[in-house]
Amino acid sequence: MSDKPETNAYWATNIKIVTWCLVLWALVSFGFGILLRPMLSGIAVGGSDLGFWFAQQGSILVFLAIIFFYAWRMNKLDAEYGVDEQ
Amino acid sequence: MDQFVLNWIFIGASFVLYIGIAVWARAGSTSEFYAAGRGVHPVVNGMATGADWMSAASFISMAGLIAFTGYDNSTFLMGWTGGYVLLALMLAPYLRKFGKFTVSEFIGDRFYSPTARLVAVICLIVASITYVIGQMTGVGVAFGRFLEVDNTTGLLIGAAVVFAYAVFGGMKGVTYTQVAQYVVLIMAYTIPAIFISLQLTGNPIPALGLFGNAVDPATGADSGVALLAKLDQIVTELGFNEYTTHHSDTLNMVLFTLSLMIGTAGLPHVIMRFFTVPTVASARWSAGWALVFIALLYLTAPAVGAMARLNISQLMWPEGTASEPVSAEMINSDEKYAWMATWQKTGLLGWEDKNGDGKIAYFNDKDADKVAAMEAAGWGSENELTNFNRDILVLANPEIANLPSWVIALVAAGGLAAALSTAAGLLLAISSAVSHDLLKGQLTPNMSEANELMSARLAMAGAIAVATYLGLNPPGFAAQTVALAFGLAAASIFPALMMGIFSKRVNNKGAVAGMLVGLVVTLVYIFLHKGWFFIPGTNSFTDADPLLLTIKSTSFGAVGAMLNFATAYLVSNATEEPPEEIVELVESIRVPRGAGAAAADH
Repeated sequence: MSDKPETNAYWATNIKIVTWCLVLWALVSFGFGILLRPMLSGIAVGGSDLGFWFAQQGSILVFLAIIFFYAWRMNKLDAEYGVDEQ
Repeated sequence: MDQFVLNWIFIGASFVLYIGIAVWARAGSTSEFYAAGRGVHPVVNGMATGADWMSAASFISMAGLIAFTGYDNSTFLMGWTGGYVLLALMLAPYLRKFGKFTVSEFIGDRFYSPTARLVAVICLIVASITYVIGQMTGVGVAFGRFLEVDNTTGLLIGAAVVFAYAVFGGMKGVTYTQVAQYVVLIMAYTIPAIFISLQLTGNPIPALGLFGNAVDPATGADSGVALLAKLDQIVTELGFNEYTTHHSDTLNMVLFTLSLMIGTAGLPHVIMRFFTVPTVASARWSAGWALVFIALLYLTAPAVGAMARLNISQLMWPEGTASEPVSAEMINSDEKYAWMATWQKTGLLGWEDKNGDGKIAYFNDKDADKVAAMEAAGWGSENELTNFNRDILVLANPEIANLPSWVIALVAAGGLAAALSTAAGLLLAISSAVSHDLLKGQLTPNMSEANELMSARLAMAGAIAVATYLGLNPPGFAAQTVALAFGLAAASIFPALMMGIFSKRVNNKGAVAGMLVGLVVTLVYIFLHKGWFFIPGTNSFTDADPLLLTIKSTSFGAVGAMLNFATAYLVSNATEEPPEEIVELVESIRVPRGAGAAAADH
């Protein structure tokens, strides 16, 4: 199958989608939730700041969005490349 | 009706339900025993995964872990949910496409090495057994507290129920009981949380109440002050760390979160749930549904923690911290404080009027300024709320909020559901590794389908016996072993699975070397800090002053994983390329087409 450029393009697109999803995954948890929290401290959210919200709730909500986006996008990609289950 | 009778009715009814499901969902083939016949709907599997994943610790202890530390313990919230992103994007769809029954079988086949499979089996069994001990002791404790039977009897009843549905039903029986257990545990968790949120913030959704305004306890009207601001104020007035600010070491916080994420994605009992769905596409959706059901509890837990801590702090200083502490007489007579006497009996709560002034002063007596201020005010130099167990925040919630007795009974059934569902998932991971990887894979490869099914049942019975024994005689290190389970999963299993899918170049030698390096270095690091084989006094370092920078032994899994990746990469590149059929195997698991065919082989 390695000779099929179609499959290679499918996998390369998948890697690109996974990479962007993981960038977002790291940004909301390690970024907004921990390391970048001091920079967001000016943005007040209900008695604390945006970083606290991301650490306690926001990151979980973004994780959910990432997984559902990935499932939707990949199932579409499978169909585009004709590698979906029949 | 008497609380005790109600507890028995709720717990008894939930057990009848679980056993009823066991009778209905018996496993008739190895495919049903290991993978529920691969016919589980993605939403149903998501719900079962939620119960599988959320243990006694998530249900009982997590809110307290967050409440007593505040922001710094957000690590648990992000770590235990962020792992599902890794699982959904990097493991679940491909392992489902591979279409076999155990995690170690994939490692063995992909790295064409019985040694790799054996290393994976050992990691899997050690991680799962250490994890199951906590569940079994949790079952015993829950029985002891709510049904007034001794821990041993409680544990044996719990083990008998698991036996009924896990030995006969295998993955099929466990899946559908986990769905029922999820429903019980989420109701038990959210109903008291909704009431406490209404009382403290006027908002019926705890996750929104957490960031809303607090209600004035005297008038019941909106106080105009945010709940978190009020909590920050009262805990600092009592000499504790401010709730919402960052106090711990940042490097360790990042690595601990990452270790929990990688460990979550690498825990075999969670991964194997994704073998039960019919297609690769449904494995992707199912990971999302699993996180939906987990998030219902994980978004509620920080609210429960913060609200319960505020509530109890206010109860101890009814007129505010500038006034006087609650009197011992008020605790004994006022019905708002009746729950304290109930929980004093369980040993989770204690108070003592040490200076004999008739008041119970609750403050941080490790803070010198606070001690001086309290002495000056005449409340003594010692904290008089002598015992304040973190588990009480969830367990006593319904009584603190004055909820009807059936809610208390529901919480009892919920705690048991959380412990039993996770125990069953872990036992299934252990028994399928024994029967499928060790017996069928290594010792007697020609075993017939019927014999393998019988040996899977026997392995399950054996695993339950071992877990029950360890639950009755927990090794002294039981509390520390969760770090061990996550460390092993993070440092050995997750990297091997990920490289097996995303690299065609990593070969047998690289994978085995990587797993061994990750495993051994992580184990040694944990032993150096917690004692060799957890024997007290044999440690050379402590987590307060760790060997490497500020990295505690609980956070080392992520470092172990990186060492695993680096070793596997270097060794693989220095040795020969994997054979052609392995390259083809990797290419075939990367595309979904043909997943149904893989299932039909079994």
